[in-house]
Amino acid sequence: MEVYFDNSATTRVLDKVVAAMDQMMTENYGNPSARHIMGVRAENAVKQAASQVAKTLKVKEKEILFTSGGSESNNMALIGTALANKRAGKHIIASNIEHPSIYNTLGFLEEMGFEVTYLKVDAKGHVDLDQLRQAMRPDTILVSVMYVNNEVGAVEPVEEIGKIVHGVNPAAVFHVDAIQAYGKFQIRPKKQGIDLLSVSGHKLHGPKGIGFLYIDEHVKIRPIIYGGGQQRGMRSGTENVPGIVGMGVAAEEAYTGFEEKVGHLYALKDHMLERLSEVEGAYPNSYPGKESAPQVVSVSFSGVRSEVLLHALEDKGIYVSSGSACSSNHPDVSGTLKGIGVKQELLDSTLRFSFGRFNTIEEVDYCIETLKELLPVLRRYQRG
Amino acid sequence: MEFKSFLIKYAEIGTKGKNRYLFEDALIKQIKRALKEVDGHFVITKESGRIYVDAEGEYDYDETLDALKRVFGIVWICPMVQFEDRDYENIKKQIVAYMDEVYPDKHLTFKVNARRGDKSYPHMSEEINRDMGEVILNAFPETKVDVHHPDVMLHIEVRKKVNVYSLMIPGAGGMPVGTNGKAMLLLSGGIDSPVAGWMIAKRGVKIDAVYFHAPPYTSERAKQKVVDLAKLVARYSGPIALHVVNFTDIQLYIYEKCPHEELTIIMRRYMMRIAEQIAMETGCIGLITGESIGQVASQTMQSLLCTNEVCTLPVYRPLIGFDKQEIVDISEKIDTYETSVLPYEDCCTIFVAKHPVTKPSLERIKRSERNLQEKIDEMVAEAIQTKETIWCD
Repeated sequence: MEVYFDNSATTRVLDKVVAAMDQMMTENYGNPSARHIMGVRAENAVKQAASQVAKTLKVKEKEILFTSGGSESNNMALIGTALANKRAGKHIIASNIEHPSIYNTLGFLEEMGFEVTYLKVDAKGHVDLDQLRQAMRPDTILVSVMYVNNEVGAVEPVEEIGKIVHGVNPAAVFHVDAIQAYGKFQIRPKKQGIDLLSVSGHKLHGPKGIGFLYIDEHVKIRPIIYGGGQQRGMRSGTENVPGIVGMGVAAEEAYTGFEEKVGHLYALKDHMLERLSEVEGAYPNSYPGKESAPQVVSVSFSGVRSEVLLHALEDKGIYVSSGSACSSNHPDVSGTLKGIGVKQELLDSTLRFSFGRFNTIEEVDYCIETLKELLPVLRRYQRG
Repeated sequence: MEFKSFLIKYAEIGTKGKNRYLFEDALIKQIKRALKEVDGHFVITKESGRIYVDAEGEYDYDETLDALKRVFGIVWICPMVQFEDRDYENIKKQIVAYMDEVYPDKHLTFKVNARRGDKSYPHMSEEINRDMGEVILNAFPETKVDVHHPDVMLHIEVRKKVNVYSLMIPGAGGMPVGTNGKAMLLLSGGIDSPVAGWMIAKRGVKIDAVYFHAPPYTSERAKQKVVDLAKLVARYSGPIALHVVNFTDIQLYIYEKCPHEELTIIMRRYMMRIAEQIAMETGCIGLITGESIGQVASQTMQSLLCTNEVCTLPVYRPLIGFDKQEIVDISEKIDTYETSVLPYEDCCTIFVAKHPVTKPSLERIKRSERNLQEKIDEMVAEAIQTKETIWCD
């Protein structure tokens, strides 16, 4: 049995998406900037994708900027806003469990003379709202918080954060990294007070190398990539037309029959969490139901190193991540797990199981049975 | 003016008497292999005790030089300028142009060393030396002649063509691979073992390698890293057959049956046994390890005594007297360092005890191994039988 439980790292692309992209590569392969009919067709395809995406958020087409993916969207949001607003102030606020593409970009901005305040999170991974209120200053230009944490699936109180940010300082920009949330939640930037929103295509059965940044039309932001002036000069470079078209189809698909699709993910998560109670020494860092994201189950297993358990599961055809896949090439331990107070001895013993549309309850059962079989054997052999 | 040809100098193999042609042929074969991936077409010729590499048409000079620098057996690489017009006045003109281009700063001493390969050429070597020296002195008054310790030794060879060279770029040294038998390298994925393999290959030895894989404790990436290292060493040594042995069951069995502080030593004894058996099956007549005295607990002299004891083939340990930094320096030079330090666990470290024995007693180790009697021979046979062999070129 082959079980892919690593959908927060990336997902299988939908056949429908592949077909749409294929057409853009072999038939409608024109450059959207070209004056001839081939160019017009490509341009229309890009417009259509922008419209598909905009509808899912109830925003305007022109507020969608296509990028190369989540990391670029996050870079653009932070650097672009900082550069455009540096005269108004140089203070930025973020949580201390952000993704490296936020965290390391903030490090760069700190080098450039910006000041960053990092907010603590509680045991469930939620940002401390009181600390946020206190941290807000007249010179705060940007607040960036993720919607769903990629490692444990904690859902941040985005709407409350938006209220606080705009209530205390109407000039401040509120950015939300929604890379793990888009397609799993109904996101309404206008209602939730979100000014910038980062999304990646390949987390929702779309292709890699494409994403977008929603930019509220009133937000002042500067481009970070310069050139021929494509996408209204906000992001130069010939548009990744096949990727954009794929993104559009994947977005539309994710929000068609949304309740049912997300319901399936919640069912998988709840089933997994329930059955984990049968597994000795398994300590979930995620919560059932709406208390955490539908697709992520983070679990610490006492007395086993995550790397070893990961490869043992791999041997049984089950693919998962240790901590977060994006950072698992680094030997240093996860910031999120430390942030939510996972015990020292469990930090290196944590796996992330993440679900997608193609997973089934049977796969969860197989995974639980496999864990029950492997853990006692692995715990027999330990270092030292 | 352009370097179109390389004179290959090889000191050590020139001294091997009647076997000399074997060495030369091996060297030519290795040069051909090294140049296979280089942009350009090359003709390699052997002529009165010298090897010439001639580039025909367009070629990449830097790439060619890098490739030649990886060929063991080459002591010096001399880029040459060649021209066909042997007219005496033309030679003078070419020599001045050569000096002008190759040495922008003319504050130098030089000596001309002419050789008349074609004895029918009307000018004698001595005469060429004198006349060319004069031409250079006239063209560049800042230069001086020094016949004892010149900065520049300008060689002019008059053959069917005229060869001019003065640059001497150090080669890899050693002996051409294929002139000295084959040995089995225990390749781990660390910094030391690739360097050890490189050093033995440098002595003309063909290399095969064995890697002990311990899934799920070591990952697919750890194995890929070893394959990558083998390929990097193969750039010097020629193709390496890498035998990947699944070691997990043996390791767990030892873990269950033997004292944990002796784990590493006993594990290494089984690695040596398995490596030796594969070596013998594949025509290797020695083992190579990256051990260095005292570097870690399993490499003290007492530990080496214990691991050495299981082998009948000679075990070559070229790094035995090296400090870590000296090994690192070589690994950087041969380009294996960056790959070696990728953070994937190898099977030596996964069960390592907090306080492993540093002075194991052979008697006690042997006694501990008796606990393995029941199943170990079968497991070793199984591990060897199920090995996967990867061709690394």
